[in-house]
Amino acid sequence: MSSLPKTIDAVRAALAAKQMSARELAQAALINAEATDTNICAFLTFSPERALAAADRVDASLARGEKLGALAGVPVAIKDVIVTKGLRTTCGSKILEHYVPPYDATAVEKLEAAGAVIIGKTNCDEFAMGSSTENSGFFPTRNPRDLSRVPGGSSGGSAAAVAAGMCVAALGTDTGGSIRQPASFCGTVGMMGTYGRVSRYGLAAFASSLDHIGPFTNNVKDCATVMGVISGRDPMDSTSAAVDVPDYVTLLGKNLHGIKIGVPREYFAEGLDAEVGAAVERGIDTLRKLGAEIREIHLAHTRYAVATYYLIATAEASSNLARYDGVRYTSRGPQAGTLAEMYRSTRGAGFGQEVKRRIMLGTYALSAGYYDAYYLKAQKVRTLIARDFEEAFRHVDLIVTPVSPFPAFKLGEKAADPLEMYLSDIYTITASLAGIPGLSVPCGETQARLSIGMQMLAKHFDEGRLLAAAHAFETASTAERRQ
Amino acid sequence: MRITDKDVSYVADLAHLDLTAEERARFGAQLDSILGYVEQLNELDTSSVAPMAQVLTAQRENETLREDKLRPCLPVDVALANAPESGAGHFKVPKVIER
Repeated sequence: MSSLPKTIDAVRAALAAKQMSARELAQAALINAEATDTNICAFLTFSPERALAAADRVDASLARGEKLGALAGVPVAIKDVIVTKGLRTTCGSKILEHYVPPYDATAVEKLEAAGAVIIGKTNCDEFAMGSSTENSGFFPTRNPRDLSRVPGGSSGGSAAAVAAGMCVAALGTDTGGSIRQPASFCGTVGMMGTYGRVSRYGLAAFASSLDHIGPFTNNVKDCATVMGVISGRDPMDSTSAAVDVPDYVTLLGKNLHGIKIGVPREYFAEGLDAEVGAAVERGIDTLRKLGAEIREIHLAHTRYAVATYYLIATAEASSNLARYDGVRYTSRGPQAGTLAEMYRSTRGAGFGQEVKRRIMLGTYALSAGYYDAYYLKAQKVRTLIARDFEEAFRHVDLIVTPVSPFPAFKLGEKAADPLEMYLSDIYTITASLAGIPGLSVPCGETQARLSIGMQMLAKHFDEGRLLAAAHAFETASTAERRQ
Repeated sequence: MRITDKDVSYVADLAHLDLTAEERARFGAQLDSILGYVEQLNELDTSSVAPMAQVLTAQRENETLREDKLRPCLPVDVALANAPESGAGHFKVPKVIER
């Protein structure tokens, strides 16, 4: 099935040339994805009926000669923390194993309104808590480049599905790096917009002040297209921003003359793998050759970001996950003699280890006597981290860093020590805390052919410039690698 | 150890979580190590820093709220469809009030 289109442009061309109908493409994509997935385990649920119904709507539209949506016929996958009406949504958790949502998330509605064909729901760390997809309540997903390695997380299923050619685009969610890090590990583009840029209506909340929905794609142009489709104010999400969404795709193709790019030296310190560091430095050279002015900057509070993030995110999670109590969401624990027993046994039996650990940490940080020392302290340090970025963006337009300190690791390699896993998020969580947009774009490979991603960050609502710079970089670095 | 088994049981009670003895021991040690790590935040003097609860971008307050208009909501049977137990249009739970 190597003939399946890998990009949105390729899908559009195939449909326009009548090489195949949208239904034929959906059928081929489903057959290919189901076969490929026996090794990768990226999907929790396939949705052939929904996919074919969407494809038929595209074909009918084509037959009537109507203008097609931006994603007409494009096979996509949705991370299983985003609800889909009538299609099982588990959040990667046993506690929601049989949950069938009664409505669609706004991002899902927007994708389908643009003609996208949803082929299934992807695996993830339980409630998006993790950096490897090993915390799924069902099974781990494997990295398409090396099946003994993790795809990253928490949106590992979505990253692997796009990287393995099972779909053209996928939605993931990013709370502390859960789109950018798996994109880096699998060699795809992955983006998180400004906080509030994409509606979270229908996203199972993990940490509400940090959660984002965003795309995985095989190139930056497709990322711009999907971001354009899913962004914008949504009356159903009061945290979504009433800020106009430019046509991102038309902003691509610019050179980088006059663009100032900051490189924070704190992100190239100890702990950074040598091959990853060298690839990102080469990426910075490429940006310089494209006309960007490279400046050294400082983000002085970077070293406090992991501690800050894991207090705030777990505190918010402990509150958000209180709703899974045995009353409304499908499962009820074995001991339900009294109300309190029902709560305790439902949650004790239904949640996995990482989720319980984070609920415990978050509950502790919010509990009487510790609130000021932990949660409030973390919120104050968050202010300092956000100010670091504000100050930096007075001098530069974009910031470039590594995404992860190391390439994809082996399954089980970091599973024993939760703190070690948390520390691997150091380069991605700072942007999450500040609420600025960021993406991961492939910038090279290790000798073992593992992919390496470069992180690019921008000011609030400056996604257009971010995408344009990433597109220029992608074009140049692809040409360099061909030489 | 700053986290005792008693602390772990207290927090698990607050969180309505049944934990096994093995989980209590493991989480106690891990929480201890994580809380040891986050101690580093105390290196920073934040006495004059305001806490950041949310990313605030330039928006007027009324822009964040939708129009206050009546609109359809989920029918009762649909809202109850995922309930482990329901009846007579309600979620069913164990007895709440003792007589």
